Amino acid sequence: MKKIIFTLICFVMPGITLAAGGHSCGKIDCYKAKTDLSNKASLQRGAKLFVNYCMGCHSTKFMSYQRMATDLGLSEDQVLKNLMFKDGKIGDYMTTVKPAGMNPPDLSLVGRSRGKDWLYTYMKTFYVDESRPMGVNNLTFSDVGMPHPMWELEGMKQAVFKKDDQGQMMFDKFETLSEGTLSAAKFDQAVLDLVNYLDYTGEPAKLVRYSLGVKVILFLIILLIPAYLMKKAFWEDVH
Amino acid sequence: MSKMQAMMGWIDARFPMTKMWKEHLSEYYAPKNFNFWYFFGSLALLVLVLQIVTGIFLTMNYKPDAELAFASVEYIMRDVEWGWLIRYLHSTGASAFFVVVYLHMFRGLMYGSYKKPRELIWIFGMLIYLALMAEAFMGYLLPWGQMSYWGAQVIISLFGTIPFGIGEPVAEWIRGDFVIADATLNRFFAFHVIAVPLILLMLVVAHIIALHEVGSNNPDGVDIKKNKDANGIPKDGIPFHPYYSVKDIVGVIVFLIFFSMVLFFVPDLWGWFLEKDNFVPADPLKTPEHIVPLWYFTPFYAILRAVPPMLNSQFPGVLAMGMAIVFLFLVPWLDRSPVRSIRYRGGIYKFALAVFVVSFLVLGWLGTQPAGGIYLTLSQIFSILYFGFFILMPWYTMIDKTKPVPERVTDK
Repeated sequence: MKKIIFTLICFVMPGITLAAGGHSCGKIDCYKAKTDLSNKASLQRGAKLFVNYCMGCHSTKFMSYQRMATDLGLSEDQVLKNLMFKDGKIGDYMTTVKPAGMNPPDLSLVGRSRGKDWLYTYMKTFYVDESRPMGVNNLTFSDVGMPHPMWELEGMKQAVFKKDDQGQMMFDKFETLSEGTLSAAKFDQAVLDLVNYLDYTGEPAKLVRYSLGVKVILFLIILLIPAYLMKKAFWEDVH
Repeated sequence: MSKMQAMMGWIDARFPMTKMWKEHLSEYYAPKNFNFWYFFGSLALLVLVLQIVTGIFLTMNYKPDAELAFASVEYIMRDVEWGWLIRYLHSTGASAFFVVVYLHMFRGLMYGSYKKPRELIWIFGMLIYLALMAEAFMGYLLPWGQMSYWGAQVIISLFGTIPFGIGEPVAEWIRGDFVIADATLNRFFAFHVIAVPLILLMLVVAHIIALHEVGSNNPDGVDIKKNKDANGIPKDGIPFHPYYSVKDIVGVIVFLIFFSMVLFFVPDLWGWFLEKDNFVPADPLKTPEHIVPLWYFTPFYAILRAVPPMLNSQFPGVLAMGMAIVFLFLVPWLDRSPVRSIRYRGGIYKFALAVFVVSFLVLGWLGTQPAGGIYLTLSQIFSILYFGFFILMPWYTMIDKTKPVPERVTDK
C-alpha cells in the first residue's frame, strides 16, 4: 500500500506539473544549452563577446577583472589590454556607465536567476518586429526593451506564427532576412560561449566546487570503513 | 595516581565533570535495539552546531543593511576565501536541519515516543521545531533577494489578517515599517543571530535533560527500566558511550556523504533549497509572479491557501495554518492507544499514519504550485486528511486492535 502511494507521488505528480505548465522560455520551450565550464577557451571567447557586445550597457558589478583573469587562465596584461575598455586597475569590478535614461540590469547573477538554457534560448530568438522601438522582438522575452546586440554576427530573421488547434497564435519557424558575418553553426557556438561565460559569472565557485566535492566524498567513503569496523568491534558483545 | 586522574579529581571537587559524563554518556543506558530512525536526533545536534559555526563566519562579512545586504552575500560568494563553501554549508544546512528534524518527528510518531512519560520531551521538541521555523524564516530575509523580500511580505501580512483591528498594528510592529524595509532586516538579523539561537540552545538542553531523566524509548516501545539486573542497570540497556557514540559516528559519515552531494553538486537543489528568484535583488516595486516559501514551509502554506476567505478575511486560513501546528503539540493526549510502537498497533493506526505522511508530502508539493483549479481542490482534500489524522486520533487509536507488547526488546 505504502509502496503504491509512494510510486504515485514519485511518478504521477511530476507528470501533472508538466502538463499544467506553459512554455518554459516565453513563447517556446527552452533549447538546451550544451556548455562546458571546464572549457577554458570557450570561457575566454565568451568573456570577449561579453565585453564587446554586452558591456556597453550591462555591468557585472560583483565580478572583478582580476578574478576573471585568474579563473579563465588569462594574464593581467592580456585582460588590461584586450578586455578592459577603460582606465582602471586589474582589481576593479566590471562596472559600466549606463546609457542615459535606461536601466539595463546588472548581469552578475543572470546565469543563476534565469539559468543557462533560458539565456541561450533568449540570445537565439530575436526577430525583426517593426512595431518595437528597437525594431526587434524576442520569443523568450516578449517586448524586450533592448536591441539584438549580436545582429551583425547572426544576421536578421523574422518569426513566422501559425494558428494552433485552439486558434492561438503559436511560433512556427524563423525565416532569414539577411545573412550575418558568422555562419549559423559559428553563431551558435558564439552564443554558447557567451552563455558559458555568464554561467561562470553567476557562480565562479562552480569551477572548483565539483572537483572539491569529489575529493570530500571520496574521503568520507574511505573514512566510513574504519568507522564501521570500530562500531562492529564495540558492538561484538551486545546480544 | 596519574597526573590525569589528579587533574580530574581537582576538577570534580569543584565541578561535577565526572558525574555529568557518567549521567549523560558513559552510564546513560539506552535501549540496545535502536534502528536507523534513531540517527536523526544526534544528526540534528550536528546540524545545529554546523549552523552556529558557519553562521559566525558568515556574520563576519555579512552586512545587515538593505543597501548592502545583497552585495555582501555576493561578496562572500566570490571574494571571501572559502566564502562560497561557508555560505552553502549554511544554506544547505538549513534545509538539512528540517530534513533530519522531520525524520526525527516521524520516528516519534511511529514508535509513540511522545507517550507517557515522555510528553514533555515531545513538547520541548515541538518548541524547538517552532523556534527553528522562526529561525529559518528570518534567516531567509537576510540575503535580501526577491524571494527573501516578498516571502517575508506575505508571511508577515498573515499577522495583518487578525481581526478586531489588532492585525495591522501587529504586522506593522513586527516589520517596524509599513512594508518590509531596512528596519525589518535589522531586527530579523538580531533575532536570527542571537535571540532565536539562544532560545534554540536552551530548548535543546531541556529536550535532552528531559530525555535523560526518563530514558529513551525504542522501536518496540518497551519500558527497559522495568527489567533491571542486580546492579540496577536495565538488562536491555547499553551505555550511550561508547556504544551509541561509535554507532552515531557511522551515521554522521553517511549523512555527510549525502549532505556533500547536495552541497558540492546541487547546492540550490534545482530551486528547492535556493530559489532562482532570490538571485535578483529585492525590489519593493516589482512583485514576482509566483511567490513560494522554501520547501519546509510549503505544507502549511498549502493549508493556508486551501481555506477560502470568509467575511472578506484571510484569517480562517491563517487560523487553519496555526492549528496544523497546534495539533502536533497535542498528540500525546490525542493518542489513546495502550501501546507505543507501531509494531504492536493495529492496521488502522498504520493506515492513518501513512495517510498523514502522504498528506504532508503532497501538501508540501502543492504549496509550491500556483493556487487554483485542481491544485486548490487537492489542497483542500489533503488538508482535511491532515487534520483528520489528529481529530480522529482519540477514536481510531482506541478501537484499533493492538498486539501484545513483549517483556523485553526484540532484536530487529
